[in-house]
Amino acid sequence: MQELTRNGIVIDDTFAEAFGMRATAIIITAPTLKWARQAAITMTGFATSVIGCGCEAAIDIDIPASKTPDGRPGCRVMIFAVSTDELQKQLKTRLGQCVLTSPGSACFAGLEGPTSLNLGSSLRYFGDGWQISKKFGGRHYWRVPVMDGEFLCEAKTGMTKEAVGGGNFLLLAADAGKALAAAERAVAAIEKVPGAIMPFPGGIVRSGSKVGGKYKGMMASTNDAYAPTLRGVVNSALGPEINAVLEVVIDGENSDAVAAAMRAGLKAVIDLGPKRGALRISAGNYGGKLGKFHYHLKDLLP
Amino acid sequence: MTPLTFTLRSEPDERLDLSGLTPERLAGLTSAEIAKLIIGTSRTPAAVGDIFKIKGTDPSDIVFSGGSSSFDLVGAEMKTGRIRIVGDVGARAGRRMAGGLLKIEGKAGVQAGSGMKNGRIEIEGDAGDGVGGPMAGEVHGMSGGLIIVRGRTGHRAGERMRRGVIALLKGCGDHAGLGMIAGTIVATGRVGRYPGHLMKRGSLLFDRRPMDLSPTFMDCGRVELAFPGLFDGYLMNEGIVRRPLLGARPYRFGGDTAVLGKGEIMFPRG
Repeated sequence: MQELTRNGIVIDDTFAEAFGMRATAIIITAPTLKWARQAAITMTGFATSVIGCGCEAAIDIDIPASKTPDGRPGCRVMIFAVSTDELQKQLKTRLGQCVLTSPGSACFAGLEGPTSLNLGSSLRYFGDGWQISKKFGGRHYWRVPVMDGEFLCEAKTGMTKEAVGGGNFLLLAADAGKALAAAERAVAAIEKVPGAIMPFPGGIVRSGSKVGGKYKGMMASTNDAYAPTLRGVVNSALGPEINAVLEVVIDGENSDAVAAAMRAGLKAVIDLGPKRGALRISAGNYGGKLGKFHYHLKDLLP
Repeated sequence: MTPLTFTLRSEPDERLDLSGLTPERLAGLTSAEIAKLIIGTSRTPAAVGDIFKIKGTDPSDIVFSGGSSSFDLVGAEMKTGRIRIVGDVGARAGRRMAGGLLKIEGKAGVQAGSGMKNGRIEIEGDAGDGVGGPMAGEVHGMSGGLIIVRGRTGHRAGERMRRGVIALLKGCGDHAGLGMIAGTIVATGRVGRYPGHLMKRGSLLFDRRPMDLSPTFMDCGRVELAFPGLFDGYLMNEGIVRRPLLGARPYRFGGDTAVLGKGEIMFPRG
């Protein structure tokens, strides 16, 4: 069989397997972009994987002041979870502990949808009776007095059931530095794609997992087939030239957003070339039986 | 379909009750049936055909070509569609209106938008007393929607309103927001005595410090807030004002502390 290559990089004939999820989005604004992002970063901390964090969350895109509801710089944050109840719980606690508390912050709906989640409606009680409800232009806001002025928060935000979590690709390189260089390029490209986030640290995962493990109660354990130190000892997927593998994981508002993000990421890695970046690109799946969404690498190449 | 147009034949010699001439009440009626509807209020009341020439077929888009201060209850209880009056109207235009657009290109009499629930009223000229207020004996006034008065407005605008927005663009008389329960009143230009007298909640947003502020309103100082940016954006998007009304650091007064005291008066300049 002829190998598929692009710019000297080998592309495995495989696919990323992803799952249907619930997602919501909010817009956080502040007097400066720095503080809008600070609130967003705090809110999306410890939100890499639904397995241990309850949700997956990250900043989607920055929004210039001219495009936000209150005319201040802001950013859009997306949050993904496996059920509506869990998503509401995560949204409420993270909003209350991380956004309400952040200097100068305000918060608005970042998604329109048929179903809605409480935003300010659940935080207003912090106002202890001094909260102010404002309804105009078909929208509902809460103003809660706080020590630096007011926390302005829209009452509700939308939720989508069309969201997809777990789009991914694996970057296989000659050493850790090159794998990281390729992954960073991919992350920078995907950050520009609206409606898609990468919830892991800096968008990158080094501990890719397989389902289950030898110990009782382990839902996931190390992906030994891609661990270079186990090459030869286990049934490895790595050839002799590969010494480091990193994964980029993508959650999207819908399937198109995941595909667009994967396309942008793959293009960036391929443009970087095999000398400075990845020698081979693969993707993670579970044989295709678990996830509803399959993204074949060969369909997403530049 | 062309707009259903009522052209005034001559100045009526009695007060007219035009609450029957709304999109939903006229839907399905022929011109001949409409012409027979009684709109006069005297012992020998006039019918529509006596007062107006009727043209056009679309009852969801009604035009009164020519107005009069005897036109009472124009657009009362309307729910959808639009009514445009090329001229003045009398009392209680848009009374208990629940949706749609009522556009008055002249002056409006007393109690325009009284008890309004939703929709939009635009008055190009002056408006009388009691805009968006309650009628005698009612517990509250306007409970939703938007009223824009581009001329001067009389006394007691937004009396006991609960929700919605009233924008008064050439100032208003005394006691704007009298006994207000909640909602928002915007005024540019000179505001009369004691705005927000006995207001419980709600916002009075002005472009300048009111001349006579009630002593039961307390100075809360100047604070940087996100809300004015949001609300200024709304006002500009709706074409109500061209420049931001409040700016990022408005003066704020809380009151009326003679009652609940959870309302506010905000303005940009001292």
